[in-house]
Amino acid sequence: MVEPKDKPLVIGKFRFQNRLFTGTGKYSSLELMRDCMEASACEVTTVAVRRERLVDRSGRSLLDFLDLNKLTILPNTAGCFSAEDAIRHARLGRELLSNLGNPGADWVKLECLGDPRTLLPDPLDTLRATENLVNEGFTVLVYCSDDPVLARRLKKLGAASVMPAGSPIGSGQGILNPNNLRIILEDLKGDDPEYPVIVDAGVGAASDVSVAMELGCDGVLLNTAIASAEDPLRMAYAMRHALAAGRLSYLAGRIPKKLYAQASSPMEGRIAGQAPKL
Amino acid sequence: MIEVWINGEPRSFPGPLSVGRLIEELGMPANRVAVEVDLLLVPRSEHAGRMIAGGEKVEIVTLVGGGSEGGTCG
Repeated sequence: MVEPKDKPLVIGKFRFQNRLFTGTGKYSSLELMRDCMEASACEVTTVAVRRERLVDRSGRSLLDFLDLNKLTILPNTAGCFSAEDAIRHARLGRELLSNLGNPGADWVKLECLGDPRTLLPDPLDTLRATENLVNEGFTVLVYCSDDPVLARRLKKLGAASVMPAGSPIGSGQGILNPNNLRIILEDLKGDDPEYPVIVDAGVGAASDVSVAMELGCDGVLLNTAIASAEDPLRMAYAMRHALAAGRLSYLAGRIPKKLYAQASSPMEGRIAGQAPKL
Repeated sequence: MIEVWINGEPRSFPGPLSVGRLIEELGMPANRVAVEVDLLLVPRSEHAGRMIAGGEKVEIVTLVGGGSEGGTCG
């Protein structure tokens, strides 16, 4: 027996077999990040754009710890609180990745944040930046709240994928409103089943990844849940298997939930002589 | 001397100063940085030809660890 094959995840011109996207932040060492990436089997990892240090550069670069031949790097606009800043970061990310010859030059994970305490996205600037970046030819993956109406707007503007948050970034609260995700999936994939919806942010444990995939999401992006776990390497494996389990479970089609029990063993042929007492 | 702002810090360099020359002076690997002058991206192919004028604001960035507004490592 071999495990049934899955179709690839397609986002614009990109195709991936693994549906887990990781982040590169918060690891205690670059070596650990590299090992976790391998353990997770991710094909995509996201990176941030930041000022190069003018002094005290250690010579150790994130780029030395990413397998640029295997990984597609997804530059993000993390930390941007306006459409304008996000657009600048997206352009700089594209420049950096084209210089490195990585296919990730053509896409961007757009983040336009509304406030630093909740890190919730600003929907208005997110819409504005999406429109702009789509017009500039970017494949735009948009971090957004789990608002079904906003998700429809973003898709209509040309977002290659919408990435609703399960819960606030780094909060580890998992998927707080599965019903909103269900509506988003129905709305966006109803007449366009291949349209990718990826849960971004909020994952705390492996079960959250399975839940997202069982709902019918096309992938999950997570960072803190691995990087800040007590044993990040073990958690990276857990995420990989949870994603596979959730995806298989979704494709396999779960049984409907029923109020009453349904025996798995036949009632006929029992040797028990007594009827139920109640 | 040319006075310019680099990543928010005032610096002076002997002129004339191109973007390419500036990156060299700072000892940065040209294939691992991207440069913006006064909010506009200067593609690598234009680094040699783009001269920096006094008072211009230069941003030199690279890729760092980050997921969703994550911290950095290394």
